[in-house]
Amino acid sequence: MTATTVAAATPRRRVDSFPTDQISGFGVRCGRSLPFGATLVPGGVNFSIFSITATSMVLVLFRKGDNEPFAEIPFPEEYRIGGCWSMTVYDLPVEDLEYGYRADGPDAPGNRFTPSTVLCDPYARAYSGRETWGATRYDGSRPPYRSRLVFDDFDWDGDTPLRTPMRDLVIYEAHVRGLTAHPSSGVRHPGTFAGLIEKIPHLEALGVNCIELLPVFEFDEFENSRENSDGQRLLNYWGYSTVGFFAPKAGFAATGSHGMQVDEFKNLVRSLHRRGIEVILDVVFNHTAEGNENGPSMSFRGLDNAEYYILGEGGEYYNYSGTGNTFNCNNPVVREFILDSLRYWASECHVDGFRFDLASILGRGPDGAPLDNPPLLETLAGDPILRDCKLIAEAWDAGGLYQVGSFPAYGRWAEWNGRFRDTVRRFVKGDAGQAGNLASALIGSPEMYRQRGTEASINFVTCHDGFTLADMVSYNDKHNEANGEDNRDGADDNNSWNCGAEGITSDSEVLDLRSRQVRNALTLLLTSLGVPMLLAGDEFGRTQGGNNNAYCHDDPVSWVDWDLGEDHRTLQRFTAGLVALRRAHPCLTAEHPTGTDTAGFGYPDISWHGAGAWQPDWTEESRLVALMHSSRTQDGRPDFVYIAANSYWEDIDLELPRLPDGLMWRRAVDTSRPSPEDVCLDSPGIRLTTPDTYHLPARTTLVLVSDEQTPAL
Amino acid sequence: MTDLRIRRRTTESAVVVAVTGELDSSTAPEAQERIATAMMTDHALVLDLSGVPYMSSAGLRMMLLVYRQAQTLSIPVALVGVQDSLLAVMEATGFLEFFTLADSVTDALRDLGSISGAVTS
Repeated sequence: MTATTVAAATPRRRVDSFPTDQISGFGVRCGRSLPFGATLVPGGVNFSIFSITATSMVLVLFRKGDNEPFAEIPFPEEYRIGGCWSMTVYDLPVEDLEYGYRADGPDAPGNRFTPSTVLCDPYARAYSGRETWGATRYDGSRPPYRSRLVFDDFDWDGDTPLRTPMRDLVIYEAHVRGLTAHPSSGVRHPGTFAGLIEKIPHLEALGVNCIELLPVFEFDEFENSRENSDGQRLLNYWGYSTVGFFAPKAGFAATGSHGMQVDEFKNLVRSLHRRGIEVILDVVFNHTAEGNENGPSMSFRGLDNAEYYILGEGGEYYNYSGTGNTFNCNNPVVREFILDSLRYWASECHVDGFRFDLASILGRGPDGAPLDNPPLLETLAGDPILRDCKLIAEAWDAGGLYQVGSFPAYGRWAEWNGRFRDTVRRFVKGDAGQAGNLASALIGSPEMYRQRGTEASINFVTCHDGFTLADMVSYNDKHNEANGEDNRDGADDNNSWNCGAEGITSDSEVLDLRSRQVRNALTLLLTSLGVPMLLAGDEFGRTQGGNNNAYCHDDPVSWVDWDLGEDHRTLQRFTAGLVALRRAHPCLTAEHPTGTDTAGFGYPDISWHGAGAWQPDWTEESRLVALMHSSRTQDGRPDFVYIAANSYWEDIDLELPRLPDGLMWRRAVDTSRPSPEDVCLDSPGIRLTTPDTYHLPARTTLVLVSDEQTPAL
Repeated sequence: MTDLRIRRRTTESAVVVAVTGELDSSTAPEAQERIATAMMTDHALVLDLSGVPYMSSAGLRMMLLVYRQAQTLSIPVALVGVQDSLLAVMEATGFLEFFTLADSVTDALRDLGSISGAVTS
């Protein structure tokens, strides 16, 4: 019987684990420049902070929650290498420690040194100040944010990023808080990373294998907070305004008040990975929360204003982001900073990919002009740590740059395909002149992505920004009065149609049509080549009451309501059925078709049809698109998929293309049929009453799949 | 620095360690050392935390270290008397899944008895 002991306290065996100097009553020694930020080292903390332009730096230490520091330690000149100050401070109360810096430098054009302000560490992995969502309002008595230390010793228990092939993804876009903040979510920790874990079974049942989270980097929900005319509190709910690029938002963690948001976020990633679901983060590098000339100095502008921001000749902030400032993404300092941030999330947090908000700004040079060969985009595309990460661009910005189809991709970048969204919306509502555009959208937009492959196209009909799917078929116009801007905010060009009545109605004809239109859009989305993205809640008809810009609503307008009526349940079943259909047919996740007989059945891999087989109608007035994929399943069996979308207001009798001998068509999806006949969950679908024709009702989408012929009973 | 008390008793199949006091970065190293010293091979480890009103991140990490040490020695670990607020933190951060929880030391000994029986058989 032996008792086993292991020394608990870290032994101070290293030569550098002892102080060499005393400053302000603390034992210190010259620290290490790398890594930047604050790092726990034996016996102490290594603080490293850089500024190209500063001439002095002071480390400011606070006890958690205190307004006044308990120590200010100026960096000795000999602790500086280049523009980087580093110092190890010993015997600090690391768990109760908050810190910041005072930087000073010359009063030169572009500089904004304010040594009276304690700045946040841009490399901090946690911040205090907003530990509980919406709990405290900044009252001006102290800056809301201080930097904190984290242990960085999460037990991953064997977890790794999943490396799911891009083309196999079905993405689900969700807001961490919005997914479970509603009382109907029934989770133990509403509105948090931990709460999201409890919804993983829903994601699994739906069949999605990737969740794309709206910004989770620390942001201030009270930024520009105000009340609307109804006295309702409006917040920066979406969070597209980053305070800290290395820190998960504390207010999104049930354990934020314990300073354990990093652990909680990592536990979320690990939990999702265990169920085969990847995590993509929506990241906002195009601007920061420091705003314009009137904004607060939080970190960057008090350190190196002219490095971090694109400035005009008079030192004014350029505003390509529409939010006050523009991050100077192709400045060498900022490039490295962005790379460091992404490497951190990929390597330390096991994140599977990133969606870059207003990514075109990442291709602008220090003078604001778009670059032909943007170093930042090339660097990210070629970085070894990011090699397996998905990189997705929102390929436009608020400065007029629109690069859908032309974003500098370096063989790596995918794009939110805005053209897909617009085309599907226009076609479904019955606009003329959309047949050809829809045909292209259905096969992965080859006119834009032929070289880059179908995986470059992130297909979507709805996203957080704009109408939900239910609202897209319920409202002709936006209804943003509750945003407090007299309905001026939000897009006016929504390609939406209310199906006969604006908003809530009891007209069953209108409701039936809406239900069908939603199914039409979902069917086109989930049978198109490319990577489909669903907006959270669209799978069961989430509404925002016609608000198409709900960025400021931390209330039921934005929250997912989990109280499902029968209509919601059937739509959820339908959506899950479409995801399953997509998985069952490799031709729906394939590379661009070539028009040649790749499967060896004597049919081109893609063929186009109309009311007559092999007779597509591409005229301006055509509202019917039908296509047939000819391919094989993974085990080599014949696999034909026929999709016909009719956005005409009258029925059409289709002549079906003839299948090779021994095969017959079965019905997988018919959006005109009531549930459960709208989608057949059991492979291979329902046998047709007439084998060669199909009566396609008005505004209906049909999917047929091939099956081996069985003798008639 | 808060006072920390650690009492240990040994049953036929388990070592029961009762911790009293707050577990944070100032007390966790000592607690870890004493728990590690108390561990015995072929005996399960029962940590009675009913006297721990607060545990910081450092305290939780100490617990995980204890669990990992015990794991290398094939020692099953159970926690008893974990406060609800602490339970919520452990659940949200994933720490909880590493441990067996029990309502009482008696329950823990019974639960671990069946576990360690399964381990050794």
